[in-house]
Amino acid sequence: MLRRLLRNPLAAAGGLIVLALFAAAAGAPWLAPYDPSDFDAAYVLDGPSVRHLLGTDGLGRDVLSRMLFGARVSLMVGFVSVGIASLVGVTLGAVAGYFRGVVDTVLMRFVDVMLTFPTFFLILAVIAYLDASIWNIMLVIGLTSWMGVCRLVRAEVLSLRERDFLVAAEALGMKPSRVILRHALPNAMAPVFVAGILGVAGAILVESALSFLGIGVQPPQPSWGNILTEGKSTLGVAWWLSVCPGLAILITVLGYNLLGEGLRDVLDPRLRAR
Amino acid sequence: MSKVSTVSDVSDVRGTNGKRLLDVRGLATAFDTSEGIVRAVDGVDFHVGEGETVALVGESGCGKSVTALSILRLVQAPAGRIVAGRIELAGVNLLELPEAEMRKVRGAKIAMIFQEPMTSLNPVLTVGYQIAEAVRLHRGLSKREAWKEAVRVLDLVEIPDAAERAAGYPHQLSGGMRQRVMIAMALSCDPRLLIADEPTTALDVTIQAQILELLDSLRARLGMALLLITHDLGVVAERAERVLVMYAGRVIEEGPVDRVFAEPHHPYTRGLLRSVPRLGRERAPLATIPGVVPKLNALPAGCRFRDRCDAAVAECASVDPALEPLGEGRRVACIVATRRGGLES
Amino acid sequence: MLSYLAKRLAGFVPLLLGISFVSFLVMAMAPGTPVDLMTDLNPKASPEARERLEKFYGLDQPLYVQYGLWLGRIVQGDLGTSFSRDRRPVLDKIAEALPITLFLNVLDLALILGLAIPIGIYSAARQYSLVDRATTVFVFIGFAMPSFWVALLAMMLFGEQLGWLPISGLRSLDYDSMSALGQIGDRVRHLILPVGIAALTGLAGLSRYMRSSMLEVLRQDYIQTARAKGLSETVVVYRHALRNALLPVVTILGLSIPGLIGGSVIAETIFAIPGMGRLFYTSVLMRDYPVVMGITLIGAVLTLLGNLLADLMYVAVDPRLRKR
Ligand SMILES: Nc1ncnc2c1ncn2[C@@H]1O[C@H](COP(=O)(O)OP(=O)(O)OP(=O)(O)O)[C@@H](O)[C@H]1O
Ligand SMILES: [Mg+2]
Repeated sequence: MLRRLLRNPLAAAGGLIVLALFAAAAGAPWLAPYDPSDFDAAYVLDGPSVRHLLGTDGLGRDVLSRMLFGARVSLMVGFVSVGIASLVGVTLGAVAGYFRGVVDTVLMRFVDVMLTFPTFFLILAVIAYLDASIWNIMLVIGLTSWMGVCRLVRAEVLSLRERDFLVAAEALGMKPSRVILRHALPNAMAPVFVAGILGVAGAILVESALSFLGIGVQPPQPSWGNILTEGKSTLGVAWWLSVCPGLAILITVLGYNLLGEGLRDVLDPRLRAR
Repeated sequence: MSKVSTVSDVSDVRGTNGKRLLDVRGLATAFDTSEGIVRAVDGVDFHVGEGETVALVGESGCGKSVTALSILRLVQAPAGRIVAGRIELAGVNLLELPEAEMRKVRGAKIAMIFQEPMTSLNPVLTVGYQIAEAVRLHRGLSKREAWKEAVRVLDLVEIPDAAERAAGYPHQLSGGMRQRVMIAMALSCDPRLLIADEPTTALDVTIQAQILELLDSLRARLGMALLLITHDLGVVAERAERVLVMYAGRVIEEGPVDRVFAEPHHPYTRGLLRSVPRLGRERAPLATIPGVVPKLNALPAGCRFRDRCDAAVAECASVDPALEPLGEGRRVACIVATRRGGLES
Repeated sequence: MLSYLAKRLAGFVPLLLGISFVSFLVMAMAPGTPVDLMTDLNPKASPEARERLEKFYGLDQPLYVQYGLWLGRIVQGDLGTSFSRDRRPVLDKIAEALPITLFLNVLDLALILGLAIPIGIYSAARQYSLVDRATTVFVFIGFAMPSFWVALLAMMLFGEQLGWLPISGLRSLDYDSMSALGQIGDRVRHLILPVGIAALTGLAGLSRYMRSSMLEVLRQDYIQTARAKGLSETVVVYRHALRNALLPVVTILGLSIPGLIGGSVIAETIFAIPGMGRLFYTSVLMRDYPVVMGITLIGAVLTLLGNLLADLMYVAVDPRLRKR
């Protein structure tokens, strides 16, 4: 499977980007030339140079170092919110598919409501009320993006329920819930995994947008989004503050998307979007 | 039988009024797939005379549909393409026609009916429109006239309330009715040849007979030739004059239906006939032929039926048999059968 | 058709109730009330003053009462008054901002559809051609591009560096002194960046969707039938395939409306456009409950109406859904 993934050059590129990001995030304390919150007072808003490869911000902090530490934020936000979303989605989906009937109807209506809701509005409102912090952001993104996974898992469990061997297993005295856990969930895992990888990209985009609007990760903690905010206020003066974090987001999201689509092709050729 | 073999040179035109309408020579069509190049049709030879009904039979996947699509040059590029051969319609090689000329052949001179009536009609266009469209294109009628013509052909295929049906959509019709619409559409431009690719496979048994009867009577009335692709040997016996038996991308036996059925030469044809418990019954699986069709991207050397053949000799492993005339308008691609036929004569 | 409409509209009621309840709950459970905000600014506020304020806003009642009261007023078209200093009715504020947002979104959508559909058709009909490959690359990048970043770069380039286009608001300061023609030109110039960027970033998803939908349709049997009739490829694609390929796109359009509305927040904030998105953003920062809830509700209604519109369009294109 890995070989098939590697044979697809785009997916391989995506995988490489993701790996590089992991490395950057993990190695940030060693890779970063400066402490991300150290001021270099003599070099405020200084363009890229040998001393500061990606220049400095309005307080004289090294942009490269801040970007490296920002990578940790996006990584964490991406994975934790997708983890939350997957957990909620898988659980509710399994419950709906397993119990069917009223439970299913109610849950699916709820999914409809959530899908109808302008999610970004909800996130914005909640974040502003809960006070912006990286934990709240992850929580809210997770709690507003589980619907797709929920539908996936529900469909899988439902289709399993309709098959004979569940009846047979029940007749043999096996607990149906066990059967669901054993058979339906593993079947649904591949698409859930793909959805998760693509979801990481989505979560990173949302986080950066929130941070950019000033209601996401709060300074002095560096995030690509909040570096961009400063880029906006110094628009004509310090281009590197706008260009670098945006590029980082672009490449990151691109990497996850390529990897996700590549994985989908490998895991389920039927789903391929030709 | 010795007398007949002396006329083998004119045998090809037997069963017709003497003129060849369609003449296919060495046709080969290949597909690029992830498993390599698949030669779905690999050197097919046959002809259809004016007004003749020729049946094309063979196991699923042997290349019948691809042959049909190749004749109309509808094999979908870039994955699929015709790699060799000639397809002559009344002496014109269709494979050399520019695409614009080819479009004047499709629907007008050669029409086609597909297997799946449920999905062969466009769900968002009215039945009448879909017929009138072809009429306008090929016969240059006005919108009004074309519509009238559409209603007329719907009437011809015995659809009740044709005028009303024409204004309706395909989903309002049953499968049998839709296949009638397909037939109407195919006949609307008075083609010389109609290719029907398993026109009744997807229908109820009772409706199958009706559709075939209709097809046959219209064919006779309009004097067109019919290339009938089917699994059903009963249908072949009943409707066709000649039969072509395909195996793994080749025609391996051809001849007048009564002769071939009475005395099949190719071991595969024999197996095929044996696998039908009684003629006229629904198609049965080829349970009596052991083994499976070889993969078309990994054909064995020699005869491609060798592995499943009960009459195979050592030579079959090295010689790829060509379709050889055997007299009585019959041809077979089997060295054993040819030899026996030769001895007999 | 009418009964269908009625049924759909009736189906909205529970959905709307659900949505309003969710938003109400979120708002109510959140720490920090507008009273906090006011009294924080004024440390001398006495507990009595606080209480008076809370009473004034109805915050002393139990939650379900607050929700009930709020809902009762909503039904009568009263969305309450803003907590902000101007104390204006929420409805007025929204009425001011909504048309701007609607106008922008409709413009975005029109532009996106106008571009994405032809692009999708073209790259599907010529799969693997140069244009198709270029589109695929563009789509992947466009998908990954944060719209606010593109906006920032565009502002930097066209606004600051080249000075070609205004980068904030909907009209210039000297708008009133311009000629009629100049006023129109001024408006258009202000719209280019926000609309262009929204379209650019929205284009990616839709053109990709259109392409795969078209590819799917081109594989169908009835397309084979159409070709077998001798129709030219143009007729096959535009007459036979297009309408079928648009069906799923219509559905996606309905689903993408929440995203569009959400995107307005970012776009309007960046370009300082006084629409509903920016109003929402500032209200959230100010903890102006009535406005936030009002906008949420209006947003949900808009989304539902958008979905309804999409459904109606679906029915219009697909005869299978039409009753005889
Ligand atoms: N578009 C395609 N891409 C790749 N391979 C194809 C394609 N179409 C047909 N083939 C291959 O060509 C072979 C012949 O297919 P064809 O449809 O002609 O069979 P058939 O004889 O009509 O079978 P059936 O009786 O099931 O209709 C099959 O083995 C199939 O694998
Ligand atoms: Mg076939």
